[in-house]
Amino acid sequence: MSEDTALSAQKSAPVAKKESSVSALLGSAAGRNTGLVVALVLLCLGGVITAGDRFADVDNLLTILRLAAVIGVVSIGMTFVITGGGIDLSVGAIVALSSVWATTLATQGIANDTHWIVMVFTALLVGGACGLVNGALIAYGRVVAFIATLASLAAARGLAEIISNRKTQIVNVPGFAAFFDASVLGVPVLVVIFALVAAGGWVLLNRTTFGRRTFAVGGNPEAARLAGIDVRRHTVMLYSLLGLCCGLAAVMLIARTTTGSATHGGLYELDAIAAVVIGGTLLSGGRGTIAGTVFGVLIFTTLSNVFTLNNLSISAQAVAKGAIIVIAVLLQQRLARRSGA
Amino acid sequence: MVSSPARESALLSVEGVVKRFPGVTALGGVDFDVRAGEVHCLLGQNGAGKSTLIKVLAGAHRPDEGVIRWRGEVVEFGNPTSAMRSGVAAIYQELDLVAGLSVSDNVFLGHELSTAGFSRRAEARRQTRALLDRLGHRDISPDRDVGRLSVAHQQIVSMARALSLDGQLLIMDEPSAVLDPDEVRVLFGIIRELTAQGVAVIYISHRLAEIREIGDRVTVLKDGRTVATGLPAREVKTSELIALMTGRVLDNVYPRRSPVDPAAPEVLVVRGLADGDRFAGVDLTVRAGEVVGLAGLVGSGRSEILETIYGARKAAEGTVEVDGKALRRGSVGAAVRAGMGLCPEERKSQGLLLDQAVYRNITVSSMSAFAKFGFLDDRAERARSTKLTESLDVRPAGVDRLVRGLSGGNQQKVVLARWLLRECRVLLLDEPTRGVDVGARSEIYELIRRLADSGVAVVVVSSDVEEVLGLADRVLVVREGRVVHDGPADEIDESRVLDLVMEGQPA
Ligand SMILES: Nc1ncnc2c1ncn2[C@@H]1O[C@H](COP(=O)(O)OP(=O)(O)OP(=O)(O)O)[C@@H](O)[C@H]1O
Ligand SMILES: [Mg+2]
Repeated sequence: MSEDTALSAQKSAPVAKKESSVSALLGSAAGRNTGLVVALVLLCLGGVITAGDRFADVDNLLTILRLAAVIGVVSIGMTFVITGGGIDLSVGAIVALSSVWATTLATQGIANDTHWIVMVFTALLVGGACGLVNGALIAYGRVVAFIATLASLAAARGLAEIISNRKTQIVNVPGFAAFFDASVLGVPVLVVIFALVAAGGWVLLNRTTFGRRTFAVGGNPEAARLAGIDVRRHTVMLYSLLGLCCGLAAVMLIARTTTGSATHGGLYELDAIAAVVIGGTLLSGGRGTIAGTVFGVLIFTTLSNVFTLNNLSISAQAVAKGAIIVIAVLLQQRLARRSGA
Repeated sequence: MVSSPARESALLSVEGVVKRFPGVTALGGVDFDVRAGEVHCLLGQNGAGKSTLIKVLAGAHRPDEGVIRWRGEVVEFGNPTSAMRSGVAAIYQELDLVAGLSVSDNVFLGHELSTAGFSRRAEARRQTRALLDRLGHRDISPDRDVGRLSVAHQQIVSMARALSLDGQLLIMDEPSAVLDPDEVRVLFGIIRELTAQGVAVIYISHRLAEIREIGDRVTVLKDGRTVATGLPAREVKTSELIALMTGRVLDNVYPRRSPVDPAAPEVLVVRGLADGDRFAGVDLTVRAGEVVGLAGLVGSGRSEILETIYGARKAAEGTVEVDGKALRRGSVGAAVRAGMGLCPEERKSQGLLLDQAVYRNITVSSMSAFAKFGFLDDRAERARSTKLTESLDVRPAGVDRLVRGLSGGNQQKVVLARWLLRECRVLLLDEPTRGVDVGARSEIYELIRRLADSGVAVVVVSSDVEEVLGLADRVLVVREGRVVHDGPADEIDESRVLDLVMEGQPA
């Protein structure tokens, strides 16, 4: 949770502690992020050692960041849903559907006649609507989140295939491409968007009533309900927020690949959930960290990059990712047990 | 080492036990001893370290320093199982049952009956049945899922579990907090039987009357240290005990009532409320400034009535009005908007966000008061919470602590603080002082009275009849889902309430 909590707990500890300083460090929120920073630094060192200048190159680093940006935006939204005690397996499918809908000939036609922003709104609208449906199914239809979003996964991808006729749709809206390919002070627009979403997400989670309710709903839904929080409405808002993030991610993906396709966003659900979890957000809800998620995303993306530079297969990457997830979850359980008891 | 004769006759003796948690020293040097066949009572304010001490004795916590002797020999119970094997059985304050398992599975959890590795479930069920009967509860089936039982029944199952261990030392941490007077009597009967057989009992309670009735000797803890030990439970003066516990003198537990203005507006009006199951035909009117108490047995439907008024359960019949406006049925949102607040019965499952800071637990129901355009003012939240926790004497102080680390009674104060902070028109309090020590209890009564004086309508449910009579202006007695009495508190006495409550109950 918040850093102040950990600090004040330590300040008021006059008695000598027997715990090793390592586990004490891991226990504090700041410490958890330190662990992630260390992991990231080690990865980068590995990159420099194995791939040398091909890794430590400004262009390569920007590539990592641009790749991280898309999945990062989804992961920020996912952090909210998981902190609120939920899960969403349909994010990849929502990204695909949004990307397809925003790039149909019809949408592109309107965009060319009016303004490219039409495509952005279309994607956001489609994503948001999907999230709304998920949320309503879960909160009011009382379908288990896992099942409801599994169903959406299938349905959204199917719909994307129908709309696109399984063809990749190429974007031909000059203004759109020009805007998203640009850089601000050398930083690609996509990366700027990710940074803004992360900063906004942090403020929303840690500084607003919405964030506070998210922690409450995820931590103890019955207590939250009796405390007067409209748990169901809040749940719908959480999934809608994630839907919007997926819509935005779709826009970014369209910009990066200049296409919309029903195959976009494959396995995003796994990547996003994994990034959130290794960041330190509890899968059972009630505890979540945006900074951790950002690190989680960077770690995974850097890992892929290092492996790719060394010509290692996708399969090897998958194994490494799996190992990282297991280690992260084991660490989390240790922490949970220590603070529980 | 020289061993004194007193020590030799002690079944258990504790010397200089210290237990630290990150940031808190829960036990800072505890000494006491327990003799076979006695009931040894532990007294102390919330957070004094009573529960921590028994967890150390039962092997659930490892002490950082100190010596524990069992029958004269130094022992180290590394885990609950080894303590259990030596003959120490404990009933914890926070129930430790596994929901999803049946009652008899829970009773024999960790010491399953088996022959050659095959569990003897029929035998376990039979013995569970016998234990439950002994505890006066023929109504609990050994095959029920424990998660579906009420708290009171879960407490009974915990007791059956402790009895099934057949220990030499039985430790009970606030067992009476969720029990009826009748059940407490049964419990005392069992304790007497056991002590007559030479079993020693450590008994923790905040109710001094119980300690006088059942206790032999008393040890008082304050801030994790023994301040007095081996006091005679029957002779020692109440004022002395309270002074030892709190370090101050308390003369009047209940605040003076201010007469309710008969012309005060009726804030809460409930007519013919029924949920189609547990209760029916409930009428209840509370005026501004009035405190109405609901007395009744655990399970008589009092909590359900409160929850239904609050909209957390859907009413089948009847109306609830606040300030003359009818509320939508089954909508907590409508109740909260109308200015209602509910302090629920089960603090852990219904009240607290255990992994969040104290101040966040307190402000969760009044967040909008601290927010501008949805942005929270943390500093104001902390400041207000700090003031409240200080006035309720929550220990250890510090609103940034996680609620999980607080003692039971202090957690209760946090839940209560939440509703004191929110400016309610109607406040529904379900067992507001469960597990709260004497000193803090009088603070809570004071606060409730002050709220009422400021025009709030208060409804209090409590199993402690004395509390209902001492605190409320008007008392309603509930029996089996019906209101059987409604009248001013000063026109009825404790024994009459108990008669009404018990009427028609098998003795
Ligand atoms: N797991 C824990 N982590 C941190 N602190 C703890 C933990 N358990 C207990 N404490 C602290 O130890 C102290 C003693 O708590 P304990 O539960 O023993 O009190 P108690 O005397 O049983 O009070 P009550 O009457 O309220 O039940 C308190 O200050 C409490 O905050
Ligand atoms: Mg206790």
